[in-house]
Amino acid sequence: MLLTSSLADASRLQFALTAMYHWLFVPLTLGLGILIAIFETKYYRCGDESWKKLTRFWSRIFAINFACGVATGIILEFEFGTNWSNYSWFVGDIFGAPLAIEGIFAFFLESTFFAVMYFGWDKVSKGFHLLSTWLTAIGANLSAYWILTANGWMQNPVGVEFNPLTARNEMVDFWSIVFSPTTLSKFSHSVMSGFLVAAIVVIAISCWYLKKQRNREFSLRSIKYATVFGLFAIFMLMVTGHTSAVTVTRTQPMKLAAMEGLYRGENGTPFVGFAVLNPKKTYDNDENPYLFNISFPKVLSFIANGDFNSFVPGISDIIEGGYKYKDANGEEKTALSFQEKVDRGNMARRALSLYAQYKDDPDTAKRNQILSQAKVYLDENFEYFGYGYLKNPEDSIPNVPVTFYSFRIMVMLGGYFILFLIVCWWLMKKKILEKKKWFIFFAILSVPLVYICAEAGWVVAEVGRQPWTIQDLLPIGASVSGVSSSNVWTTFIIFAVLFTTLLIAELKIAFNQIKKGPDGIKWN
Amino acid sequence: MEVGKTLWLIILIKLAIIFLILRVFFFRPELSRYDTDAEKAEHVIENLTKQP
Repeated sequence: MLLTSSLADASRLQFALTAMYHWLFVPLTLGLGILIAIFETKYYRCGDESWKKLTRFWSRIFAINFACGVATGIILEFEFGTNWSNYSWFVGDIFGAPLAIEGIFAFFLESTFFAVMYFGWDKVSKGFHLLSTWLTAIGANLSAYWILTANGWMQNPVGVEFNPLTARNEMVDFWSIVFSPTTLSKFSHSVMSGFLVAAIVVIAISCWYLKKQRNREFSLRSIKYATVFGLFAIFMLMVTGHTSAVTVTRTQPMKLAAMEGLYRGENGTPFVGFAVLNPKKTYDNDENPYLFNISFPKVLSFIANGDFNSFVPGISDIIEGGYKYKDANGEEKTALSFQEKVDRGNMARRALSLYAQYKDDPDTAKRNQILSQAKVYLDENFEYFGYGYLKNPEDSIPNVPVTFYSFRIMVMLGGYFILFLIVCWWLMKKKILEKKKWFIFFAILSVPLVYICAEAGWVVAEVGRQPWTIQDLLPIGASVSGVSSSNVWTTFIIFAVLFTTLLIAELKIAFNQIKKGPDGIKWN
Repeated sequence: MEVGKTLWLIILIKLAIIFLILRVFFFRPELSRYDTDAEKAEHVIENLTKQP
């Protein structure tokens, strides 16, 4: 069946919309859950009722976000089955297992104890309530782990063997999937971004109270803990950002090149701090990639390989091949050119065709001989299977401007948050924060900025890995179902309306509760 | 209306839209029209091998 690019694009756009809306709800849950658990632990230890009020107020914000965001991720799973059926079948149980574990253990852990956390005040013992709060927070983060295990496998497919009789990937090493470097760096970076979002939201709301000259003690206490929490998160984001870069260097070099707008690598490749990309630049012309740039010499080589003089391939290098690199296992190899990968991908596809053609052949001897030979071809070339669907080198290049600028938005906002949190900590230490109206202004402004930062990170991760749904094994065009694109557009509009309504509902309820404040809410 | 009740209402309406409307009318898994795994595999292999 011929699959049109308009269908693929409609399906991609729908998935992007759903995932980005989903990620508006998730990060606050990840971070705020932990902060609330810390607040309640203080209450449990000292018994001071002001800690209880503080915990209950932030729990209410958590609950509003949880209620509006819960189950929005299920729609992504619907889309896999309907719009991406080839992909869903091809990934086999690799995707199903982590998602099932997520649903059975983590999500139910979170949901069950969330009910106790929200409704159980004064109905269960203090100790059990505290345990419930911690289990809610841990459950939310465990959910993220299993989802990101599935996503990490798409970016770095390890621990599987392809079965040509069923066209499914079968898990042969569960632990290498669960603990793959891509999964670990993805999880830690995503969760820490959630912690940062929570810290900024708590600081901003508290600053709004200070601006209104109300709930002073509550606000200063919240800001104090959120600032330390945020500083921890931003430090960990730097560390995990670095480990992510190292992982991407080894497993997705094209993504790294797109993040940097790098077309020609060199020994001692500079890191581009900021640049304006040249729209005329292509992989096969000699145009300067940048109209303007500020670069730091040799820094990209150090970030990617831990060596200031190492070689980092650019987009043109990756297409031409021939350079030396270290693979995910640290082994030195010579890179294949795009055309060599396409040839090997075609051999793998032909081997799969032979399987389909001869698997039921009544001549046993002939069947066994052809299938065993096809198996050898398939095993030797399967790592490039997806290249068999690509025609031109351009097909293997992600959208460079979107990847490049999204990465810079994320990094620059990350830099802003380092400065913001250090200034916040210093103003708190000097006990002058509430007098600094300019800081309060920046604190409130930081809420949209932190969400933009979190979304930009996901844009880098997902746009940067195009054209692959599964890195090197399956491109977008071969992943989609044969549904009509009009059907996809219809559901796209339904989602846009549904999610926007949910977002408006969340904001309206949350603003209403924030206006009431911890003293205005009737706790019962 | 209390916040708790409003949140329950949001959750229930959302779940109804997701499972009773979207799932039933718009999101039928494409491969569900096949009865056996062998038929599903054949369909996907055909897609994977016949595509230009």
